[in-house]
Amino acid sequence: MAIITYREAIRQAMDEEMARDASVFLMGEEVAQYNGAYKVSQGLLEKYGPKRVLDTPITEEGFTGIGIGAAMVGLRPIVEWMTLNFSLMAFDQVISNAAKMRYMSGGQVKMPIVFRGPNGPAEFLAAQHSQALQSIYAHFPGLKVVAPATPHDAKGMLKTAIRDDNPVIFLEAEMLYGTTGEVPEEEYLIPFGQADIKRPGKDVTLVVHGKPLRMVLEAAKTLEGMGIDAEVVDLRSIRPLDEASIYRSVGTTNRCVVVDESWPFASVGSHVAWLVSKNCFDLLDAPVELVSSEEVPMPYNHRLELAVQPSVDKIVAAAKRVLYKV
Amino acid sequence: MAEKVLMLALSPTMEAGVITKWHKKVGEKVSEGDLLCDVETDKAVMSYEASQGGYLLGMVCEEGEGAAVGATIALMGVEGEDVSALLSEAKAEKASGAGGKTGPSGSDGSPSTVVDAPAETSASKEPMASSSEADTLPPGGRKRSSPLARTLASRNGLEVDRIPGSGPGGRVVKRDVEQAMAQSSAGTPAGTGMISPAPGAAGLVTGTTARGTATASGTVVTPLSGTSMPAPSGTDEVIPLSGKRRIIAKRLAESMYTAPHYYLKKTVRMDALIVARKALAAKGEKRSFNAFLIKFVAEALRRHPQVNASWQGDSILRFGHADVGLAVAQPDGLITPVVRDCWHKGIRQIDGELAVLIGKAQQGTLRPEEYSDATFTISNLGSFGIEEFTAIINPPGSAILAVGEIARVQRIDENDKPEVISAMTLTLSCDHRVIDGAVGAAFLKDLVDMMEDPIRVLL
Repeated sequence: MAIITYREAIRQAMDEEMARDASVFLMGEEVAQYNGAYKVSQGLLEKYGPKRVLDTPITEEGFTGIGIGAAMVGLRPIVEWMTLNFSLMAFDQVISNAAKMRYMSGGQVKMPIVFRGPNGPAEFLAAQHSQALQSIYAHFPGLKVVAPATPHDAKGMLKTAIRDDNPVIFLEAEMLYGTTGEVPEEEYLIPFGQADIKRPGKDVTLVVHGKPLRMVLEAAKTLEGMGIDAEVVDLRSIRPLDEASIYRSVGTTNRCVVVDESWPFASVGSHVAWLVSKNCFDLLDAPVELVSSEEVPMPYNHRLELAVQPSVDKIVAAAKRVLYKV
Repeated sequence: MAEKVLMLALSPTMEAGVITKWHKKVGEKVSEGDLLCDVETDKAVMSYEASQGGYLLGMVCEEGEGAAVGATIALMGVEGEDVSALLSEAKAEKASGAGGKTGPSGSDGSPSTVVDAPAETSASKEPMASSSEADTLPPGGRKRSSPLARTLASRNGLEVDRIPGSGPGGRVVKRDVEQAMAQSSAGTPAGTGMISPAPGAAGLVTGTTARGTATASGTVVTPLSGTSMPAPSGTDEVIPLSGKRRIIAKRLAESMYTAPHYYLKKTVRMDALIVARKALAAKGEKRSFNAFLIKFVAEALRRHPQVNASWQGDSILRFGHADVGLAVAQPDGLITPVVRDCWHKGIRQIDGELAVLIGKAQQGTLRPEEYSDATFTISNLGSFGIEEFTAIINPPGSAILAVGEIARVQRIDENDKPEVISAMTLTLSCDHRVIDGAVGAAFLKDLVDMMEDPIRVLL
């Protein structure tokens, strides 16, 4: 298997799907001539031409709406948001139109569109551009929301997203683009709604999605050094959510720590923690722990920026708490 | 520099208390002598007064929560002082069940120990499992256990409430149940008490005697199928101990198993006393029977000072006053209000004080000095129609008088003629270490003689 970057995995997925289906096209700020703000669309303009790789003005609401209209008439647009923070400008288009159109037309209109871009804190981007917004999108029925954390998952899930007839919010991360991992040479797709056990274990379940997976795996290694065998459940897909895999794991370990880099209030993490508390009640030996960001706008000061987010230490401490090994 | 406000022993036997009400809010100014909070002790609800002034900076124990004597219940200091570090430390200490008994006892009357935040003074590092005393009093009175621990326990026929918890606040967790299971399957003798008596659960006990019992010869005796246990007709209920019930159990067991009891029984002819009481009542002087009883007992004690005494281990303390306690039943356990110095009080005064004390006992507001240290105790079950009974001595006294009902009985008089009289049986329990048989007998005889012929009190 080839070892490629997360960035290259996404580029390959778009390239393969554009080659496979002429109705697939990419639009967004700087995606064409500049090859993408994070170089994710490198070479696509050259290969597919300006009719299928479109630079847009800096008007998120406008080009997101154009993408939705294109999907309604049968094309399969990929809309790149330079960051999910900018998607707030296009929020009404996504929530009121993309998420509702299939339902309100009684199924007459399909919405085969992918909104993709980096989500969550990176570094030195300050309060307005460091937000993890998956909880907001996951709130609305009608949207699929996925957050792959490895090149392998990113490629297989983006191809699935492009072929899906429903709107998909596809969450990447600046800090993931340069990370590498094995990706098969042959074509593959990863269906939504299937969590992946990234590390099997028997003592404690660590549930995570998206970028913090790497941190959680590191924490699991630290715990291993303490004689604690952690199981890491990578959700990959937030909606639909693979509850069965979470419960299966908690049924083995009787302890659960949920890690979510967004704020804790009404978040994906707090929702998962509630599901576990409710559906695994008789299996739990300790209250479910949630490791999230502190409830403050992101500080610009780098030390504070790191301090308010989940960390290996915080995850290890939470795991020890549910094991009563404080 | 904040100061810890510690739970005090507000009664002589108190080991822990529950804060029923805070009279001050966080941030509020407190002056010396101000009412800080109400504390439910083992016997009554007591007022906790501030021993010095300052500002209430934080509460470690909320209303309804319990704390062992010596544990931190709040923090005081100067206005606006940040005590968050100290507060979370104190709360963590409380959650771990530590502090408490190992902390300062506060018996000198000072509730506050000066500490430099965040320095730790009390020995809070004892293992959590050993602090079972504080663990058994979680807020709400229910023992903590994890859902998994409960599931495991019930599946294996164990009562989770009886398993010592090693988690925060004494929570019973998986490892505790596994340990209990290991103990019960290792064949610990019956009576460890953790195995549920529920008949339905017996078949689920792992590896023990549910299906059959291995006898000494190695054969297995299996119960006959026809002798299956009857279906339970109701659900067993586990009642957590109140502080008061714990104290009653401890003190009475101590008394019964350390003081060698013996019993003397004598029947009193009550006609003279009944007539006297009626005559007084007719003139508007209505006095309770117990007030009469207390006065007669006090007079008998005056004549027999050996009975008005206490075993002190290496000496006998002979009291210089007769403080007579009367056992009063309450829904949550009995209490013994004490009428002090009955040698110097008449029946009228004794009756007045008794009425006030009984009222307080029924409201649970007796103060320790009103219910402790009786030199002699009376327990009267006559109103229940009990003919006679024996009572357990109430320390520090060495004797207790058990009073039965007044009944009309037939007896043979000195002229061998049958007669019907009002009679009542008294049973005196004595601590033989202090009171020899003849001494107890002489006391009881004098008491009965005075009750039958009250003029003797003046002799």
